[in-house]
Amino acid sequence: MTQHTLNTRRLLCPLPVIRTQDKVKSLQPGDVLEVVGTDPGIMQDIPAWCRINGHKVLDSHSADHEYVIVLEVGA
Amino acid sequence: MTQQRKAVALISGGLDSMLAAKTVMEQGIHVEGINFFTGFCVEGHTHAIRDKDRAKPKRNNALWVAEQLGIKLHIVDVIEEYKKVLINPKHGYGAHLNPCLDCKIFMVNRAKQWLAENQFDFIITGEVIGQRPMSQRKNTMPIIAKQSGADDLLLRPLCAKNLPETLPEREGWIDRDKLHDITGRSRKPQMAMAAQFGIDDYSQPAGGCCFLVDKNYTAKLVDLWQAQGSKDYELDDVMLLKVGRHIRPAAHFKLIVAREEGEGRFLQGYKKEYTSLLATSHNGPLVLLDGEASAEDLFLAAQITARFGQGREAEHVDVAITDKDGLERVVTVTPIPKAQFPKEWYI
Repeated sequence: MTQHTLNTRRLLCPLPVIRTQDKVKSLQPGDVLEVVGTDPGIMQDIPAWCRINGHKVLDSHSADHEYVIVLEVGA
Repeated sequence: MTQQRKAVALISGGLDSMLAAKTVMEQGIHVEGINFFTGFCVEGHTHAIRDKDRAKPKRNNALWVAEQLGIKLHIVDVIEEYKKVLINPKHGYGAHLNPCLDCKIFMVNRAKQWLAENQFDFIITGEVIGQRPMSQRKNTMPIIAKQSGADDLLLRPLCAKNLPETLPEREGWIDRDKLHDITGRSRKPQMAMAAQFGIDDYSQPAGGCCFLVDKNYTAKLVDLWQAQGSKDYELDDVMLLKVGRHIRPAAHFKLIVAREEGEGRFLQGYKKEYTSLLATSHNGPLVLLDGEASAEDLFLAAQITARFGQGREAEHVDVAITDKDGLERVVTVTPIPKAQFPKEWYI
């Protein structure tokens, strides 16, 4: 299991979702990806994308106009 | 044992593509969705930017539809490829800069590529004959199938009975009798079908889901093309056209004026690419300057910046002008009087 970070600051949805989708393709099941962005839409779009694609959201939080989703790559 | 057939459905996030996918899923076909991001898709960008809307961010309808259907969704970035569709559409534009027919041909063609790469069997769209004046007409249906290269791999479940048989029907993967014969602009048949499927929440965006059908947005895009002397754009251009007031006092430069704090924060992210202006003696919006401006132009830009702040009635307003390298200087100006600010400057 490895930890990764993806910067999607300034990008507006669905681009953070697309970047997340592309990044996850290069990861292994069990890897953890932290996605950081400035579009509040990621707080619902990335969890929705995770639900339909079999990944697990481990954490989500926001502070100072930044939004963070931590996900675990599914099988 | 029969082979599990697989279809990829173009999912826009609206009701028709949802019903088309559902109709085919009901016949035991494995369906996955595909959604193309052109840069012009209406996906709540202004909600993401403006403070007053941030508390109620819009959902991504394509993701939402996929989740309701219980299918995977593949979102594909086609921003670069889409330029040639928008800049030079073979079939022309609709009422504004919407190249709907070329757009549909492009998307079906991309879906066909995806089909081959992922060993799927056929393509589904939610098209309905007569639903849209440019791209969904009886005579455009075969054009889309032929020019996309999809030919009889393209199934339109909502109006299939009004069209020639497709491969999945001929091969018996799909029972044609269970497909539909909807025509025209009425939404009643789709609403009835939605009720049958127990679908009671769906998006029906007026005028579609594309900024290229928006009069105000496309006026700004035309202005951009005129100003740069060519029909080209980058993603940042497309995004910035959605933000702020756009004011062009001269052919060689324009100003983008934040309308509220959220927009100002968004424009802050572009300070390394554009000259920016901000009143320092009074509260006021961040302004970006796009183009090449002389000292005289910068002075006028500062006067306009002052006009949009709380110092609009003041005799003097200090305005900081910061270039792309971060070098700042402050000028003192009188806000431009209303009488000297023609309405034609607004794009």
